[in-house]
Amino acid sequence: MKHAKFVLAFLAILVSAASARAQGKLNVMAATEDLASLAREVGGDKINVDSIARGYQDPHFVEAKPSFILKLQKADLLIVVGRELEIGWLPPLMQQSRNGKIQVGGQGYLDASLTAQILEIPTGQITRAMGDVHPLGNPHYWLDPENGRRVAKAIDAKLSELRPADKTYFDQRFADFAQRLDAAEKRWLAAMAPYKGTKVVTYHRSFPNFADRFGLDIIGYVEPRPGIPPTPQHTLDLINEMKRQNVKIVMVEPYFDLKTPNSIGQQAGAQVLVMPPSVGGVKEVSDYFKLFDYDINLLVSAIQKAGGK
Amino acid sequence: MVFRRRDAACALAIVVALAPCARAQTPGQTPADAQALRTAIDDLKKDFEQRLSALETRLAAVEAATKQGAATPAPPAASSATQATSPALAVSPESATGASVTNAKVFNPDMAVIGNFLGAMGHPNVEPANPLRPLPSLEMHESEAAFQAVVDPYARADFFISFGEQGVDLEEGYITFTSLPGGLLTKVGKMRAAFGKVNTLHSHVLPWTDRPMVTNYLVGGEDGIDDAGISVARLIPNPWIFLEATGQVFRGDSGDLQSPLYFATERTHVSYVGHLRGYQDITESTNIDLGVSFSRGFNSAGLAADVDNLTTKLFGVDATLRWKPLQRAIYHSFVLRSEAIWSQREQLNGTQHANGFYASAEYQLGRRWYAGIRFDGSDHADNAALRDTGGSVILTYWPSEFSQVRGQYRRTNYEIGPSANEFLFQFQFSIGAHGAHPF
Repeated sequence: MKHAKFVLAFLAILVSAASARAQGKLNVMAATEDLASLAREVGGDKINVDSIARGYQDPHFVEAKPSFILKLQKADLLIVVGRELEIGWLPPLMQQSRNGKIQVGGQGYLDASLTAQILEIPTGQITRAMGDVHPLGNPHYWLDPENGRRVAKAIDAKLSELRPADKTYFDQRFADFAQRLDAAEKRWLAAMAPYKGTKVVTYHRSFPNFADRFGLDIIGYVEPRPGIPPTPQHTLDLINEMKRQNVKIVMVEPYFDLKTPNSIGQQAGAQVLVMPPSVGGVKEVSDYFKLFDYDINLLVSAIQKAGGK
Repeated sequence: MVFRRRDAACALAIVVALAPCARAQTPGQTPADAQALRTAIDDLKKDFEQRLSALETRLAAVEAATKQGAATPAPPAASSATQATSPALAVSPESATGASVTNAKVFNPDMAVIGNFLGAMGHPNVEPANPLRPLPSLEMHESEAAFQAVVDPYARADFFISFGEQGVDLEEGYITFTSLPGGLLTKVGKMRAAFGKVNTLHSHVLPWTDRPMVTNYLVGGEDGIDDAGISVARLIPNPWIFLEATGQVFRGDSGDLQSPLYFATERTHVSYVGHLRGYQDITESTNIDLGVSFSRGFNSAGLAADVDNLTTKLFGVDATLRWKPLQRAIYHSFVLRSEAIWSQREQLNGTQHANGFYASAEYQLGRRWYAGIRFDGSDHADNAALRDTGGSVILTYWPSEFSQVRGQYRRTNYEIGPSANEFLFQFQFSIGAHGAHPF
């Protein structure tokens, strides 16, 4: 009986200590720095934005640290990449956030993939023999500026829904972003146009949307299957295939070890490019525009160095 | 035909609706509106062009395939490099927007089965009175089935059913209310209690093949404090660290049946668990996790003499230091963890004050390899004069995220009887839904 009273008192203390919620700017948490950058473009100074995954870490393997729970607890909006990219770490964080708004289906939950153009949606039976395949399609869709525009539009709609009074502000910022993106995209496409059809190899399947938009032909991957580390036999086959097809570029995400790509590059006579697939992947890439600026500059100079296609 | 008529009618309606809109472009409209409209039209145009070109590409592909199919009935064998892309490349060349994804079984819970196979070599030398259960040579130790889904806008449910070679046990089955007022995270059902770290973990996420000696001796063995009850956890707001307080009430039955930790003979014999957890990021790659725990329940020590009011109290402290460099997170990491536990067990012959600890370190050598070491020491809960010690070295290999092979050399020095040198090995594999990575 004495113990029951103790427990009740303890619970009462827990309940009574209600936290004060900051008013004013909307708190937006994005799963990745790319989404954070797009949210910043639309939300301007009406929102506070932070992201969970850093651009230089593998977005499949982020640690579910309790410090993120604190950030999610205060969030008015959570923007996720979706397509099960965050399946290994975001669900427990959301569950422990004690924040009903940002749960799946809540008003403050936005799956950015829902309006994006998704590639590589598996057809037929899929099994894990294919590696860590994403059953809902490739989640690296933000590497196409057209998808960046679509996601920004979805963010505009969501922010306007959460703060109807600021709708004009968000709409205007989106329109401005879309216009700048149009101009930049023309520039990027023009820079890549002479090299359409250039054959490349990438480490992971991070670049299908990028390749599709800018005319690259990805002929193989350093990983034998998504999420499976390189094997000697696969590496050998890849080198032979690269030699056969005269592939001179290997694109590697900043979070993968360079040992195997370097040896592939050396044996196939190809350049190894550390190519950030995300904002924040390298220091210079501080926003969505700079991501493409950086990647396209890197590619163009590498292709030129290799002497054309 | 009906659909076509309907489509035509829709198109007409849109044209009719758009006409006054176009006329409504009066000077009263703001430039921002006009700009937004222009952008929207541009978007539509782009979208339309994209879809058209996608359709054209598909048509061309289909035509080419038909021609090719007629010319070459059997496709040539691909090299391994291109084959490697093909299984995962068994994907549609077409693209789709996310909105079109449908799944008839969408409300089924996420399901997974995790197999845990254990093997043991060497003589265990376990005395019958020892709380350790010697492992058989080969055993399909556990097959855990997990079912997890959202219940409604306010809650989710998790079930973990553990199948041994004989018998089934509900390891956990609870509802979690995710958005209660006051920031309370409430669980109701059967669950592993928030006492320390190891007690909360399922066997398949442990960094060892076995549970530490102190858990086996003082905290109810492999089952641990795992009982039906209610759990309430709240974050304690403060400007410095992540701080979470958890209070739990259970029926009062825990541990294995032969030597239960808690044993309730009456409804009032509930057991309690309280836990305070503090967490802080030291740098972006290093963090520290500290906890203190308390638990109390009724034990079975006096039942033979018809005395059922004897209690066991447990106190615990736990500390975990983690290091994982973000940019190379999939290749290298280091975890140092330790727990110390004090037990006060009332018995007919007086109260036994026992204590024990483990300290363990794991280093990730590469993407697939982990090496670990663990030191153990613990008094017996029912006879604190007996203290056993031990140590293990562990090597784990992960073929993929979904399977692992582990070997563990374990030496145990018993207070009574000869020491034991054992080699334990484990195969773990999971099928079904992708679960959360343990942290």
